Amino acid sequence: MKKLLLSSIIVIVGFTFIGRLSYLQLFRFSPDQILDDPAIKKIYDYPERGYIYDRNGELMVGNQPAYDVMVIPREVKPLDTLEFCQLLGVDKPTFIKKMKKARTYSPRLPSVLVPQLSKEDYARLQEKMRHFEGFYIQKRSLRFYTTNSSANVLGYISEVNEWDLDNNPYYVAGELKGRTGVEKQYEEILRGRKGVKHIQKDRFNRDIGPYKGGKLDTLPEQGKELRITIDKKLQEYGERLMHGKHGGVVAIEPKTGEILTMISGPTYDPSLLVGRQRSKNYSKLHYDSISKPLFDRSISFEKEPGSPFKTLNALVALQEGVIEPSTKFRCYNGFYVGSQKKGCHCGGGMRDMNSGIYQSCNAYFAGTFRKIYGKFQTTDEGMDVWEKHIESFGLGNYLGTDLPTGRPGRIPGKEFYDRWYGDGRWSSSTIISNSIGQGEVAATPLQLANMTAAIANRGYYYTPHILKSIGNTGGIDPKYTEPHYTTIDRKHFEPVVEGMANVYKYGTARWVQIPDINIAGKTGTVENFTRIDGEKVQLTDNSVFVAFAPVENPKIALAVYIENGYYGSRYAGHIASLLIEKYLKGKITRKDLEKRMLEKTLEHEYAKPLSGEPFKINEYVW
Amino acid sequence: MSMSGRGLFGRLDWLTVFLYALLVLIGWVNIYSTTLVDPNTSIFDFSTLYGKQLFFIGLAGLGIVFVLFIETNFFERFASIFYISSLVLLLGLFVFGKTIAGATSWYDLGFFNLQPSELAKVTTALALAKYLSDIQTDIKTRKHQLYALVVILLPAILILPQPDPGSSLIYFSLFFVLFREGLPLYYLGILLVMVILFATTLMFGTVWVAIGLAIFSVLIFGLKRKSVKIPIIPFIAIIGASVLFSLSVRFVYENVFEQRHRDRFALWLSLEKDEKKLEEIRKTIGYNTYQSEKAIESGGFFGKGFLEGTRTKGDFVPEQHTDYIFSSVGEEWGFMGTATVILLFSFFFLRLIFISERQKSDFSRMYGYGVISILLIHYFINIGMVIGLLPTIGVPLPFFSYGGSGLIFFTMLLFIFLKLDSNRLKDGI
Repeated sequence: MKKLLLSSIIVIVGFTFIGRLSYLQLFRFSPDQILDDPAIKKIYDYPERGYIYDRNGELMVGNQPAYDVMVIPREVKPLDTLEFCQLLGVDKPTFIKKMKKARTYSPRLPSVLVPQLSKEDYARLQEKMRHFEGFYIQKRSLRFYTTNSSANVLGYISEVNEWDLDNNPYYVAGELKGRTGVEKQYEEILRGRKGVKHIQKDRFNRDIGPYKGGKLDTLPEQGKELRITIDKKLQEYGERLMHGKHGGVVAIEPKTGEILTMISGPTYDPSLLVGRQRSKNYSKLHYDSISKPLFDRSISFEKEPGSPFKTLNALVALQEGVIEPSTKFRCYNGFYVGSQKKGCHCGGGMRDMNSGIYQSCNAYFAGTFRKIYGKFQTTDEGMDVWEKHIESFGLGNYLGTDLPTGRPGRIPGKEFYDRWYGDGRWSSSTIISNSIGQGEVAATPLQLANMTAAIANRGYYYTPHILKSIGNTGGIDPKYTEPHYTTIDRKHFEPVVEGMANVYKYGTARWVQIPDINIAGKTGTVENFTRIDGEKVQLTDNSVFVAFAPVENPKIALAVYIENGYYGSRYAGHIASLLIEKYLKGKITRKDLEKRMLEKTLEHEYAKPLSGEPFKINEYVW
Repeated sequence: MSMSGRGLFGRLDWLTVFLYALLVLIGWVNIYSTTLVDPNTSIFDFSTLYGKQLFFIGLAGLGIVFVLFIETNFFERFASIFYISSLVLLLGLFVFGKTIAGATSWYDLGFFNLQPSELAKVTTALALAKYLSDIQTDIKTRKHQLYALVVILLPAILILPQPDPGSSLIYFSLFFVLFREGLPLYYLGILLVMVILFATTLMFGTVWVAIGLAIFSVLIFGLKRKSVKIPIIPFIAIIGASVLFSLSVRFVYENVFEQRHRDRFALWLSLEKDEKKLEEIRKTIGYNTYQSEKAIESGGFFGKGFLEGTRTKGDFVPEQHTDYIFSSVGEEWGFMGTATVILLFSFFFLRLIFISERQKSDFSRMYGYGVISILLIHYFINIGMVIGLLPTIGVPLPFFSYGGSGLIFFTMLLFIFLKLDSNRLKDGI
């Protein structure tokens, strides 16, 4: 026994080792392990990111060179840290921290020490760089904006993070990727495809030529330029008008569904998210909890649409044959739901469809809404029919635009109310607020603009989209060139359009007429509630306006939604009319109106619920 | 001299010498391959690492000649003096030692850094054999067991604070000599228990180990048959000693080990719970193991060929030419190469056991076992670490790894034994 102890240990150890070695060398072996073989160096050839032009071919986004200071930690020789820090423009603790991080990442591989030097810093540094071994400068390309507008539409790019690296094998640490907007949506088209060269290194770490004769190498594929549907001039002008106002503006070309303008107020200068100040600026924007500039209100802000929604109820009623355009309802300066009176500002009296629309009579539309439901045996049935008609205008669900963000809005169906109130515990009077666009319906400015485009087209719309073409022509998804027909017959649109045209001539927006242009529009003044410390509080009304022009041959359909802008024509209506004039005429004739809209801000309204002081709603301050 | 018709060289065990030479040669070829910087330099260029190693091989050759011509009795007679001198040398490190890579383990002799812990392996093996073979020593008695233990542990304790836990671990292998000479095998059980206590203490802490021991005791007493009597006091003493040992593990771990040692255990036993820190350890400490495994893997069955390895070159695997030399075998010579080396070593060790057992002199046999134990544990720890079975413990692969002290003293260790063996027939008279 004692003589055999050591011998058996030797044999057991020998078998264990050979077992482990056969696992490693026979089982786990695969001949092409180049991915992490340190002897095979990969060199990337980055194509330039594609430019972005507006619909008229004006450049919006280009590229500019930037310079990263790179470090290979193990090649660093002792250096004058103080001088170097001064040249780089960083302080010493930061420098030491970054060096440590680079070393942790890899002593052998290059890491970015200081990203995105300005041209001036680069010029200063370049001459002295050779004194600092182990450091070098790498050129790369950053975005360059020829406009200070469209930040949310264009989106921004930033370095890939851990998640991207884990989920997309294309990216390598340090590369850039589109994060929002067009940059994200068309990332693969804009970025192209980087080329890869595999270089075989010999035992002395010298390059000895392509690995396997370049069999695995690829050439870079150029990023393509994009033309987007945005009208740069209109967009810039709109953003100036939105100065100091929260809300969204979307304008669409009804004949194509192309988005002419998409504004979220407040916005920011896209250049803020480029260069060395990027992360500082980003935090500032990200943590601005009042303005939320990174939140795209034009596409993600869903609210009750207010009175513009009445036009759809008129169309549904006509389609279902429950009213004629001449059908009249009496307005008692309001209407009754059971014994409860709901107000109306139209002035009272008998209302037909025409004056019902242009005076925005609540009683008229409550009556219309009741008639729609009255046609059916049960409220459920009526609800289904109504919902189907309304949804055919692109409301209540994602529109399917080529933008990576957005919200579906809400058109409540019977399931919604069953959940809300319980089965059978609601009736048409419960949902009467929907007749005037209050209550449970909600839509984004984009959806309102699209709905208006459908009315402008008298019955169909193209899915709104942002891409005009890849390169100069083509590349657009066929789903954006197919019309979507609403469930309303074409003949029913004329009376409604006439009412909308009269909004400008005699109605709620007669103050904002544009000489020589016939506009059809609809104002909306949306009651606005919020919760402050758990208590329901009413705030100043939201101001809404939808319009299209010219009436006969619509070239632009738009929706303007201004938070706390009071009644519809006041802010939204004015801004809409200025935008229409700008787009159709190219210049503004009503200079004083323009001046007022550019200068007025609603900051005091937005401060109200936050300041903790008592406030009045809907106060009239011009 | 009537019975030795042949001379000294005729009586040498040439098979062992051949195996030794083969291992040294394969080792050097791989050192050459990994440390070759400029293919135009001569292999005798002593500014290169492989040139230096060639020089060390030459020195080792001189050492062999020296050992073979010394009177056989010399080693036995002076064993105690060698042992005490090497202890003095180890002590002297505290004053005159030269620090390389954080460990004060060397004397700077100008042309050569002498590592006395390597020398002490030889002298301890000699001293242990001398003590055990003494006519008055009876390893079955507690007292003599204790003395033998002291002989083994003294150098280990002196080496530990250098710090060089790897080298001091080596001395424990000499227990195999004691087992061969009749030390009851339950001591091996105790050793195993200590290893388990060490690992569990690190993983769960002394409190949980103590709780575990308590539960264990209750189970023992609860489940035992009435007829079985367990002596209460020794049992409690054992449990108490275990707890004390567990406490000392914490102390040694926190105070004697350095962070780099702790990191290795942290990785091996998955002690570090912080994902980020664990990742960092993997990239630094575990990096070697990862790279060396990858290199061995990439060799496949036939290997990439001599000088064709890509991963084991440059600085991809640090310590490539010393502790990680075996991964170069794996990459360039493939499974064929690694399996051959394992077989060579195994055969070499079995041959040494065979030789030990044929000794008539107790001293020679015991020393032989000492030689095997020391070489075997190096081989076990080193290759186990390189192929990713054991934590990173820096010990060289005998005859393979780059390094003068190692090669020379391993050679002396072996050839003193071969010298003793060549004289085995004389001793009988």
